Amino acid sequence: MRIGRRMFLEGALIAGAGVISPSLTTAQPSKPLARQIPSSREAIAAVGLGSWITFNVGDDTALMDECAQVMAAFFAAGGHMIDCSPMYGSSQPVIGYGLEKLGHPKSLFSADKVWTSSGASGPEQIERSRRYWGVPRFDLVQVHNLLSWEAHLKTLIDMRTAGQVRYIGVTTSDGRRHDLLEQIMRTQPLDFVQLSYNVVDREPEQRLLPLAAERGIAVIVNRPFQQGRLIRRLARDDVPEWAAEIGASTWAQFILKYIVSHPAVTVAIPATTSVDHVRENVDAARGVMPDPAMRTRMVSYVQDL
Amino acid sequence: MAQWWSYRPADLLLFSPRVYWRMFELQNAQMWPLALLTLSAGFAMVFLVIWRPKDHGRWIAIILALLWAIVGYSFVWNRYATINWAMAYVAPMFALQSILLLIVGIASDGLVFTQRGFAGWSGLVLIASALLLYPVLPVFSGTPWRQMQLFGMAPDPTAIGTLGLLVLARGRYLALLFPIPVLWCFITGLTLSAMGSGQAWLALAAVAVVLTTGVRLALLRRSPPNTG
Repeated sequence: MRIGRRMFLEGALIAGAGVISPSLTTAQPSKPLARQIPSSREAIAAVGLGSWITFNVGDDTALMDECAQVMAAFFAAGGHMIDCSPMYGSSQPVIGYGLEKLGHPKSLFSADKVWTSSGASGPEQIERSRRYWGVPRFDLVQVHNLLSWEAHLKTLIDMRTAGQVRYIGVTTSDGRRHDLLEQIMRTQPLDFVQLSYNVVDREPEQRLLPLAAERGIAVIVNRPFQQGRLIRRLARDDVPEWAAEIGASTWAQFILKYIVSHPAVTVAIPATTSVDHVRENVDAARGVMPDPAMRTRMVSYVQDL
Repeated sequence: MAQWWSYRPADLLLFSPRVYWRMFELQNAQMWPLALLTLSAGFAMVFLVIWRPKDHGRWIAIILALLWAIVGYSFVWNRYATINWAMAYVAPMFALQSILLLIVGIASDGLVFTQRGFAGWSGLVLIASALLLYPVLPVFSGTPWRQMQLFGMAPDPTAIGTLGLLVLARGRYLALLFPIPVLWCFITGLTLSAMGSGQAWLALAAVAVVLTTGVRLALLRRSPPNTG
């Protein structure tokens, strides 16, 4: 589905046009593009930091320090959201190590997940995750890959009501279980959903992203680079010269600008182990964003490669 | 897991190759100079097999049991499980293998290392891979020497070396000692394959050698004696 100019502007209003509209036309070198969380109108930087694989470094202190440097660069560039899961091996304690080292930056938006088949074990797991991070409470807790989602969502709704978590959501990845996700989005009081979406995996544009905009649900986009496969594939060719019009000088920025310029998308969360790459990723949320015509051109170009 | 058939092995990989190979570097650094001792123990077992002094079968079983306990605890449990939660369920298998080696090795007829011919050559190839090939793999993979995998320190050469020794052995309960090393070779083969490492084939080839040898020995036992 193409995004018409009307939907683009309507979506921008829903997703926080007051915050993003200046960025659509003019460069903002100081701050990255911010989007509003529909349920609260809280603004959040449109490029976050994922931790899948990249932060799972065990107790290797040299690599833990590298992760802390990536986090430092992320916060310095203006990033907010760091996303993790109990499934990601040692990533939670590694994030906690980095936050401790950085003095617990105030700008952090902590997003974690509950991932256990037992509904009764959910609260205990969330508490263990919170201790790993060393935060007073999570900003967002999501049901990982819809595992035992009914039981966990009930827990999360209670936790949100009790003020133990600010936002709740559910996640999927790599395009799986979208029918169930759609059903949950239609029926449950979600603040966030997380899904995979990029310039080649555009199925969410058909139903899920419009539905998120309609229902006032923030959207986190995971695996924007298909775990690096998409970048490696595109890297055989140069970034088109016309991408300079939107300030995209690398394929990573090209892809991220495509993602975060969708009006229903709130945050994209690329993962990286490189300080240079985290700066490059956050920089993708600066400057001019592609309009619907440019987005169509970007899709056509990638399809023709 | 919904739509499990849509997952590829690489989708289930929780860590990067860089972190995986760094584990061996940290293991070697932390366990030095014990690593020299475990490697020497591997060569000592080869001499025990060749010279067959009194109680050599028991000594080999005890040494292997110790090595499986060391690798299981220091590497699989303490190190690998920190980046791969599934290893928390695999580490007890290393303890079980250690116990099985002690029980089978110390039993009255224990292990007797008398296999010759095809089985003998298969065993020697596997042992040579574990003791001599694995330490020099960094030459072929271009990784630092510090990340070499040593017998008795890293699980892959330990499992393959153990299979080599078991292929050389006879014993009433010998079959009990094969499943865990073979299972480990499958696990590591799949993991390395998902990482895109050519070393995956070494572990899978070791399983193929063991299976081929087992089938050949079984066929030989079934064949009627040649009466001329």
